This record gives sequence, C-alpha cells and structure tokens, in this order.
Amino acid sequence: MFLHQRRARLAVASTAVGVLALVGACSSDGAGDAEESQSGEPSGEITVLTWRTDLVEDGTFDEYVETFKAAYPEVTDVKVEGITDYEGEVRTRMNTSNYGDVLAIPGSVTPDQLGQFFEPLGEFDEMSQEYRWIADKTYEGLSYGIPVVGNVQGIVYNTAVWEAAGIEDFPTTPDEFLDDLQTIKDSADGVVPLYTNYKDAWPLSQWDGARGAVTANPDYVNEMTGTDAPWSEDTDTGVIDGLIYDVVAQGLTEADPTTTNWEESKRLLGTGEVATMVLGSWAIPQMQDAAEAAGASREDIGYMPFPAQVDGTFHAVAGGDYNLGINVNSENKVTARAWIDWFNNESGFSESQVGLSPRVDGEVPEALASFVDEVELITMNPAPEGKESLFADIDTASGIVTTDPKYRQQIVDDARSGDRTKQQVFDDLNEAWAAGRADVGA
Amino acid sequence: MTTAPSPLRSGTAARQAPGAGAARGTTPGGTGRGPWLRRLTPYLFLLVPVALLLVLTYLPVANMFWYSVTDWDGLDKVKNFVGPDNYVEVFTEPDNLRVFYVSLYYFVASFVQMALALYFATILSFKVRLKNLWKGILFFPYLINGVAIGLIFLNFLKPGGGLDTVLLATGLDALVQQWTGDPDVANYSLAAVSVWRYMGLNFVMFLGAIQSIDGQIYEAAELDGANRWHQFRHIIAPSIKPILGLSFILAISGSLSVFEIPYVMTGGGNGTETFVIRTVWMAFNRGMVGLASAMAVILLIIVLLVTWVQRRVVPDEEVDLT
Repeated sequence: MFLHQRRARLAVASTAVGVLALVGACSSDGAGDAEESQSGEPSGEITVLTWRTDLVEDGTFDEYVETFKAAYPEVTDVKVEGITDYEGEVRTRMNTSNYGDVLAIPGSVTPDQLGQFFEPLGEFDEMSQEYRWIADKTYEGLSYGIPVVGNVQGIVYNTAVWEAAGIEDFPTTPDEFLDDLQTIKDSADGVVPLYTNYKDAWPLSQWDGARGAVTANPDYVNEMTGTDAPWSEDTDTGVIDGLIYDVVAQGLTEADPTTTNWEESKRLLGTGEVATMVLGSWAIPQMQDAAEAAGASREDIGYMPFPAQVDGTFHAVAGGDYNLGINVNSENKVTARAWIDWFNNESGFSESQVGLSPRVDGEVPEALASFVDEVELITMNPAPEGKESLFADIDTASGIVTTDPKYRQQIVDDARSGDRTKQQVFDDLNEAWAAGRADVGA
Repeated sequence: MTTAPSPLRSGTAARQAPGAGAARGTTPGGTGRGPWLRRLTPYLFLLVPVALLLVLTYLPVANMFWYSVTDWDGLDKVKNFVGPDNYVEVFTEPDNLRVFYVSLYYFVASFVQMALALYFATILSFKVRLKNLWKGILFFPYLINGVAIGLIFLNFLKPGGGLDTVLLATGLDALVQQWTGDPDVANYSLAAVSVWRYMGLNFVMFLGAIQSIDGQIYEAAELDGANRWHQFRHIIAPSIKPILGLSFILAISGSLSVFEIPYVMTGGGNGTETFVIRTVWMAFNRGMVGLASAMAVILLIIVLLVTWVQRRVVPDEEVDLT
C-alpha cells in the first residue's frame, strides 16, 4: 500500500515536470527580436490575416500578392489567411504572439489595449494629413491602424420595387419611411418591405451607422457617455431603435425573423422579393453581384440615406471599415508596413469595393456619386483624450452592449409579441445605461 | 492501463533471477536495464497520456477557476482580481437566471425521449421482423453531427419548409405555424429536435441492458402465463434500473448544457437562449471572460451536485432477478 502511494507521487511529479517543460516550450518563443526589424528594405515573408474570405477564394488576393511582390522584389512571400469568424478567431489568437504580421484590428479591442497588441503607425496629427477615419484606432496621440476603405451608412434598396410602388423621393422622416414600406407591402404581393436579417444578427448592428446622422451631430456617440437617458423620442438612438420597433410592430418585416439567411437575403434583394435592408455602403457590390447572379440587373440596387433630415438636408455618417494594423510581435515590420501602405494607396481595393478611399485626397466611386451629391457626409468625432474607452466601458457595464445585436433582437421580439411597448423598451434601456454609467463612475 | 501489470511482473522476475545482480546492465542478449528502470517503465508509458490530460483538461479547468474571479475580457494582458463579484452577478442578473427556465423544456422533453427509447428498446428486444434495420434507423440520428441536424431542421421547420408541406398535403392546415418564429412554440420545436437526436443513445443503452437479461427468464415467465406487459413490468424494468438512473442524470446535466441545436437553429434568439449559449455569448461577444468562466464553474458544480445526489438516492446496486 505504502509503496503504491510513493509510486503514485513519483508519477505525478514526473508528469508535472513533463507538463512544465511542454508549457515552457510553448511560451518561450515570440517577443524579443522585434526591435531589430524596424528599418531597412521590405524583404522576406509576411502573413496577412483577412476577413474577406470571398476575395481569398476568388483569387483577388493572389493578384494583390503578385503585384506587391513585383513592386518589392526582395519580398519572398505574402501568405494570406482568410478567416471566416474573423472577430472571434483573431481575438483568441491575440492571446498568443502568432496573429500574423498584418491584420485588421478586431472591433472589440478597446483603444487602451491597442498598444499592447499593435505597433504604432505614426503620430495622429501627422497621419491625419494623409488618411481619413484613423481616429477610431488612435490612443494618446498615436495611430495604430489605417482603414482599408471608407463606408457611408444608409439603406440598400431595390429601385425597381420602390419605383413600381410609385415612390420617387427618398423618405425624409421615419414616419414617411414607414408609410412608404406600407405602400410597397400593399402594392406588391409577397414582397417583404424590409428584411431584418434577425437570425444572423450582425446586420442589426448596421443600424448603428445612423447614430449621428439623425441629428447631424458628429459628437452624438461621445455625448451618450454624458447622459442617463440616451433612448428617447428625439435622440439618435431613440429614433433608430424606435424605427426598428415600429417597422416590426407594423408587420413590415419578414414574417418569421428566426429563419432569415444572410446569403439568401442578397438574392432576395436582387430579385426584388425584399425591398429594403439597412446596411453600410460596403454591401452594395455584394448585392449587385447577387442581383446579377439571380438574373436581375445591377442597376436595380440603389442606396438611400437614413430617413431623417436636419434643415432639409440628409446626413450620412462616413467612417472607416476594418483598420489594418501591424502585430507588435511581428518580426518583419518593415514589410508589414509596406503592405499596408501599398494596399491603401495602390491596390485599388477601395474602388473595387465601391467605397470611399481612406486617403484624404481619394476619389468618390461612381456608384456613390449621386448619393454623395444629395447627402451631406459627416465623420464622427473621436472621443476626447482620456475618455477613449469610456463609451465601451459604459456599454459593457450596462449589459446592453450596443455593438452586439442581441439587444436589437430583443426589441424585435418585443415588437412582435407586444410584451413591452416602445416606451417600456426605452425605459429599460435607459435604466441599464444609467446603471452602467454609475458603475463606471462617469 | 492494461500494459501496466506485465512489465511489473517481469521486473519482479528479473530481481529473483539468480545472478541478476552481478550481470546487471551487461547481460548478453538481455535488456541491459536496471530493475529501477523496469519498475519505472509503466509510468513512462503513462507520462504521455497523463501529460495530455493535464495540459488539455486540468490546466484549462484550473485556469477557468482563476478567470472566474477576475474581470478579464479575453484579451487584456492584465487580469484584475475581483473576488466573488462574477458569481454574485450570475445569480443577481435576471437575464442570467431566465436561461434555466429554458432548460425546463429540455428536461421535460428528456422524459419523453426516455419513454420513447424504452418503448422501442422493449419492442425490439422481442422477435420482430427486420430487427436490425429498425435498430439502425433509430440509432442513426445520434451519429449525425449536431450542427448538421440543426441545419436540416432549420430547413424542415422554416415557413413553407418540409413540415408545413407535409401538414398541408395531409389536410392538417390548421397546425401550420412558425415553428421557431413563434415564441410560444419555439422551445417546444427545439426540444423536439433534441429528442429526435438523442433518443438513439438512450435506445441503445436500454437495448443493451435488456439484452443482457437471460432469455430463459422470459421462457419461464411465459410458462407461468405472463404476458408482454408483465414481462416488462417484472423482468425488464427492474433489471435496467441502474441504466434508467444513469439516463436520469444525463437528462438533467444534458438539459442544462443544451447548446448546438438552438445555437445553430435560432442563435438563442426569440427566447430560446440556453445556459451554454449565454455563457458563450458572454465570453466571446460581450468580452466578459471572467463572468463567463464563473457561469461555466457554476454549471460544473451543478452537474457534480446532481450526480452526487443521484448516487445517494439510487445506489449502485447489483441487479438480482432470482
């Protein structure tokens, strides 16, 4: 018996040694060496992480890599990794040092964490002469990322359906928007006036793009941190979430939201079975492709601003898409930087995505030209220095998490079942927000 | 594990061999190893599996306990210790408790599942034509990946999908409804899918237990005039009692840890969110790994507790039919 125990202890001890050796082996690499590669000509190989798996599959990225290598002959290879669940997977990988050399900065990284994981690309004041929308990924005066393309936020719609219903002008108020959707529902049998994409959920977050556009206030999001009741009749968030509530409560959305399907929704919009979807301008080329694939016309896809005007003018928020940054552990930062600069300046990516160029002097793509003529673009102001993370902190502490579509799913649920009135929804959100502010000590 | 005794025994044999001490390490044609190494051999074999177990199971669990008392967001390099705050929040936030209510649907459904499985297992333990085919058909759903099942039923239950088509074709128009879209029905639909999927496992467990009963007992019972119901009531039911008890624990822990079917089919929307879906959302969408770890720890404790209670209530007794 005694002997048995001793052996057992020995076994445990020896395994423990083995485990420690393993763990040690895993964690000993990474870090170090980073400093050596700051200067010099781009050379060697880098790894690029991207969320655009579609462009990896159809060979677009292969072309980019070839062109890049032609410009920098010393570069031996650029490995492009397309990641489907980009946010989730990259966030997990960021716990190690192995998350590529160039990558898009996940949206959930808070400003004060940027320095832990990404290499500063330069001073904000200096870089903002050249690039737009870099304030989001700036902390204490240093910028950590450059957006690959600029989007405007609004509503994608099928022009054929809207015109067939006899609507010629963009709706200017939420009520007018609801009337128009009702007209579409009445005039065309079986057409879904507005598709929420509830099941995939993230498209519901796209409605956030109208924050700031409703009241033409580029400081709206910053001001949310200073109020206990951001949800009311005339605030941006109140108008946006109130419109979601109304549009669902009035039966102007798909009958069964739990069975929506994002890939399918592109075809539905293209063929006119769905009239409207609230999505950023990045969605336009995807919708056009889907329309064409379904035998409809690319011309049928139109883009309208959020139905709200200030002094008779529409406003739309323009902002950066994902920002490319450099892994702070990268061993080839020179080449990584070269890739970012080349991608933003010479790859032609932003034009191909029907987006605005991240460069200050960039051109407006043709498909957006008429939209930009009618709509005044605004860029949201960055949070004041020292308060970069305040919004995210309150948002998390409140439990609402406006960046996550879940609370909007709840609004859709309530609007369908009538469990809570719009006012009750607002009251509950305000209460949670106020509690979140109190928690954070704002 | 099974390799352990034999090297041990040969180690003893080597020690008893005459002259072994003098020839240690130099025996021609021998192993050339000292007895201490031989005694160690089984543990060397164990080293790899135990190391894997530690690295992949115990270390992460220990980490989870540590995360559950911090405010870690899954990314930050600094983890602040917050004590039991996370545990308090799990039990004080109504949204976190509501998910247990959803588990009740699955718990009730698991009894339907066990009843069905028992019914089929009993029938198929008697003489039935095409017995093996039926067994295969009943067990098959369990072999399919849960994600695939979610996708299959997504299409089957969607408006105008397979189920609605069947109902319309058979004149049961009145039953057509939004199977996952109606909040009053959604949880029943999902629980039914879960029953469809897991019944095969219960079925096989019950069938195995029933088939271990000696056939002569049935013959004797038949001679005594027992009909099928009597046979079930007095022979089958008592002899599979331990398996029933086991199924009961699996039903409780299973209904608390429902995940893939509702996750794939509704993503936890429309009031179908389960405990694990909420934990995953907490950790990866809301970025509160600390709180999510606390939820995982609580689930672990509940499951351990249920198992312990079950062991107390239904002791591991030998089945004796004589």
